[in-house]
Amino acid sequence: MKQVKVLGSGCSKCVKTAELIKAIAAENEVPVNVEKETSAEVIMSYGVMSTPAVVIDEVVVHYGSIPDKKKIQSWF
Amino acid sequence: MLAIFTDLADWLTFILFGLSPNSKLGDAVHFFIEDTTKIFFLLVIMIYFIALLRASLNIERVRDYLASKNRFIGYLTGSIFGAITPFCSCSSIPVFLGFTSAGIPVGITMSFLLTSPLINEVAVLLLLSLVGWQITFMYVLVGMAVGILGGVFLDLIRAEKMLQPFALKAYQSATPVADLDGDSVAKPTLSFRERHDFAKNELWNIFSRVWKWVFIGVGLGAALHGYVPVSWLEGNLGDGQWWSVPLAVLLGIPLYSNATGVIPIMESLITKGLPIGTTMAFCMSAVAASFPEFILLKQVMTWKLLTIIFAMLLLSFTLVGWILNLVN
Repeated sequence: MKQVKVLGSGCSKCVKTAELIKAIAAENEVPVNVEKETSAEVIMSYGVMSTPAVVIDEVVVHYGSIPDKKKIQSWF
Repeated sequence: MLAIFTDLADWLTFILFGLSPNSKLGDAVHFFIEDTTKIFFLLVIMIYFIALLRASLNIERVRDYLASKNRFIGYLTGSIFGAITPFCSCSSIPVFLGFTSAGIPVGITMSFLLTSPLINEVAVLLLLSLVGWQITFMYVLVGMAVGILGGVFLDLIRAEKMLQPFALKAYQSATPVADLDGDSVAKPTLSFRERHDFAKNELWNIFSRVWKWVFIGVGLGAALHGYVPVSWLEGNLGDGQWWSVPLAVLLGIPLYSNATGVIPIMESLITKGLPIGTTMAFCMSAVAASFPEFILLKQVMTWKLLTIIFAMLLLSFTLVGWILNLVN
């Protein structure tokens, strides 16, 4: 089970990112647990400054925008 | 080149709609059509081309650059980067913390964050095409001065002591930039294709964020233009009475706008004979002093610091207004 965190202050882009990841993971039949992380302190601890950012198993894999489909697919 | 929009507005308003050039409605409609078409045209072209040039500048590089600079140059460069880096207010918190945890002084970070909403390339080019280079130059100068002096002042009063405890801790235990992962520093050079994709995205992002402000701003500007008689504004506020400036600043607080929306209003106020200082004070207050954005900063700052920054902004806009009214 992959642990996915979407970092962001709760703006609409972050919500979209989380939904997109869930949808693509389901398409590829990869079990994931997607969480949204809104706490400024936690976001800082990953060293991320532009949100939305995506963390998979504690590694930052993307930041600054809604990731495109191809990129999400490459994570699974 | 921009005269084509005047012709278009002439044709639509006076011929197609059959309004009289001397009527209030005709005047307002003409202003609205000319300004919206002109602004949307300029926006699309400018956002795209500037984004092409700016594609390789990201917030991580700004941080690394600021962290490696000497403190006094820092305020100036912080403010310049604030002017040329676009960012959405929803990322002001991560940016603040990212800068702070890289050991950048709070004042320099605030020079960046204060200048950012006031000046951006879209605002500058709109000003140039609507009110001319003198006022544009003055606007940029004032915006940067507020950012720079505000930052210096915040470091003088040791603003970092008034951060939330976790942010203060992050500042004190800052790691030097060299220890951070290297991939953000060494950004590979971009191909034209990548630049084009970035610019297309930026265009879409910025446009979807500002289009409604253009309509609101131009709409208000048009109403002012058509329905408020020149003599009224000039007669009542035209001498730059001292109290009109703080009043303009206070009026600007509840009006939450961004720079793109406020510029058409500015154009309208200036042509109606409102003194430049009063106009500038009003517009900057509407853009930079907004409660929703200040409440966001509460996550990283104490109320005391927030109140100080808010008061500092109101005071500096008032001073700007008075000074500009005096010298003009």
